[in-house]
Amino acid sequence: MTATVPRPSPARPALKALRDRALRLAELVTTPLLPADYLDLIDPLRSGAALRGRIEAVLPETRDAATVVIRPGADWQPHRPGQYVRIGIDVDGVRMWRAYSITSDLGRTDGCFTVTVKAIPGGKVSNHLVRRAEPGTVVQLDQATGEFCLPAQLPAKALFVTAGSGITPVMGILRNHPELADVVLVHSAPTADDVVFGAELRQLAADGRIRLVEQHTDTAGMLDAAAIAALVPDHAERATWACGPVGMLEALEEHWAAAGLSDRLYTERFRPKVLVAGEGGTVTFTKNGTSLEADGATPILDAAEEAGVLMPSGCRMGICYGCVLPLREGAVRDLRTGEVTTAAPGDGVLVQTCISAAAGACDIDH
Amino acid sequence: MTVLQKKADNPIEHLTPEDIELIGKELDEIRQGVMDSRGEADARYIRKVIDVHRKIELGSRAVLLASGFPPAWIAGTIGLSIAKILENMEIGHNILHGQWDWMRDPKIHSTTWEWDMASPAEQWKHSHNELHHTYTNVIGKDNDLGYGIMRVDEDQPWTPMYLGQPLWSFINACFFEYGIAAYDLELGAVIAKKQTGDPEFRRRAKQVLVKIGRQVRKDYVIHPLLSGPNFVATLAANFTANIVRNLWSNSVILCGHFPEGVETFEKKSIDGETRGEWYLRQMLGSANISGSKAMHILTGNLSHQIEHHLFPDLPSNRYAEIAPKIRDLFDRYGLNYHTAPLPQQVASAWHKIIRLSLPNGWLQNTTARNLPTQLGKLWKMTTGKPRVRRVLLREQAAMAAAA
Repeated sequence: MTATVPRPSPARPALKALRDRALRLAELVTTPLLPADYLDLIDPLRSGAALRGRIEAVLPETRDAATVVIRPGADWQPHRPGQYVRIGIDVDGVRMWRAYSITSDLGRTDGCFTVTVKAIPGGKVSNHLVRRAEPGTVVQLDQATGEFCLPAQLPAKALFVTAGSGITPVMGILRNHPELADVVLVHSAPTADDVVFGAELRQLAADGRIRLVEQHTDTAGMLDAAAIAALVPDHAERATWACGPVGMLEALEEHWAAAGLSDRLYTERFRPKVLVAGEGGTVTFTKNGTSLEADGATPILDAAEEAGVLMPSGCRMGICYGCVLPLREGAVRDLRTGEVTTAAPGDGVLVQTCISAAAGACDIDH
Repeated sequence: MTVLQKKADNPIEHLTPEDIELIGKELDEIRQGVMDSRGEADARYIRKVIDVHRKIELGSRAVLLASGFPPAWIAGTIGLSIAKILENMEIGHNILHGQWDWMRDPKIHSTTWEWDMASPAEQWKHSHNELHHTYTNVIGKDNDLGYGIMRVDEDQPWTPMYLGQPLWSFINACFFEYGIAAYDLELGAVIAKKQTGDPEFRRRAKQVLVKIGRQVRKDYVIHPLLSGPNFVATLAANFTANIVRNLWSNSVILCGHFPEGVETFEKKSIDGETRGEWYLRQMLGSANISGSKAMHILTGNLSHQIEHHLFPDLPSNRYAEIAPKIRDLFDRYGLNYHTAPLPQQVASAWHKIIRLSLPNGWLQNTTARNLPTQLGKLWKMTTGKPRVRRVLLREQAAMAAAA
């Protein structure tokens, strides 16, 4: 994903060129380390540093969700509401990367942005962020990215369908687009207390800014696509954004397609749906020299990271192509579709390691 | 000393093949225990050491800008020596072993790290991690044994050339980083086989030259220039720090495998070697240094050479914790856990270097009384015809055996 590299600021390019030249000279002084290695001791958030951020606060939202306030480094570029940011944080000493939707108002004056995280059972990073992360912790960042945003020409009428933490990008959108005139939000959560941003959403509804439909699934059960459509009779006139579990999104996609409304539905997935698991095999990284046994259900990316291999990575859900590596020989299976990709010796077929599992022995050029 | 397999009192004779596999199993469990408990505290440790190193180095380099002032020269040189030692031992050596790869921090990873050393990380990793750690102390396979220039075993035939061994060992120690670079490049073998035209060799040689160029430019041109009128004093300080670091790392490495009593193994003994047997070879082929916590850190925890050789990729800060368990295992199986304070191990290693520079048995047979006769014989062995030498060599060996 292109956003992994901080884009050079167009402002004051001459100054930047001068700085780069000075840094190259400084490399003669610091070799084999880089000047940045020493500068990071002083200010890890400075301009020109690898993009990082400092956690300023962790504010509880519900019993298992919290908003993390992050002060980004100087090279951070403002996000578009609805986008997500990849955050690399050390959990039990291990650097882990996850993508979280940005929930803050672009108008914040303190220079920080926020992400809102829901702890998922067994989720290493989400539980760490919600329950253990301390203010002052420095985290790694990528620039914000993602296409789950409103178009430049705002829709006259909008429908948001969300469930659980799927509310987060939508909250980011609602906070930044008070000019949206006609908004319906259908949100599902187990109970009223589990609704992340519950108080704020209800206030928006009370102020007449949105029509809020809360579905508390512990007592009222889940809404299916038809029920949602029925709840919003004019849904065909609305541009619809949906974010939540894969099952909900697929049901919506099907229903909207059947009604010929596919082009008016935008969805955001947080993780790929594993369709099939294959047989696994030995994965060899030819440049790195590491060999490992991967099962047929684990993405090669996860298996390799587990074995200590430094892997390129991105969204971890098969969208951004930030993790693509050449498959020199062997077979991999796309965990979402079950489709098998094979490479003859020397082929170098590019595969997405985050959604591909070994389907036999494979040699990956890395 | 001779290869373990030819010894009359073979120290592993009492072990059955089952014993050896049980030892392996216990060691696997100890290893797993550490693997399962690696975490935040370990990550904090290595980051702290790196942070301390960078601050000491920055501070020392800053002080050396005023190196014309003698106290600044002394303080700066001591600081820089310590920084370079930390960087090579506890940080560089261990990161390049992959001990910290599990953190998935691209800044602290065996595939991205480069160190303050003449030998490029990539080449060192091959000769050290793949060759030395796999074939530890196997004569003819582990080139670390004498680095191809020394006589390290009685079974290597003595020639007069080896009389110079103590001297060139000392010179090698002073310029150890260049010795290692040449060694990682297999320079000796390449020249002997007249393969210097080989494109692969040329590529690697160029890599070494570029690395050395950067290192030399930094220590002997840029930093001296930055100190202006103190150019020569800073150059001398940097040179001294490099020599101190070289002598230190050479001493630590000698202590790891050279002290008297550390076993060597014959080539054919490792055919079809099991995991248990591999472990056993590491146990007997390494020696520890006992001492303070500071000493352990400055040796890069290679003072726990036995633990390091058993588990080269476990984080170095955990060796001290498992050492008592390893020692207990040695005791239970009647094996010698070779450990002694640094001066003793260094002396022992140098004693061996000197002893083996002389014909087998010569040092042992020599007393104050027979010194003139023995010197006379050594002279004859050195200058005499091969036949004369053979006779006298046999005589010395027989004398030693009779004693």
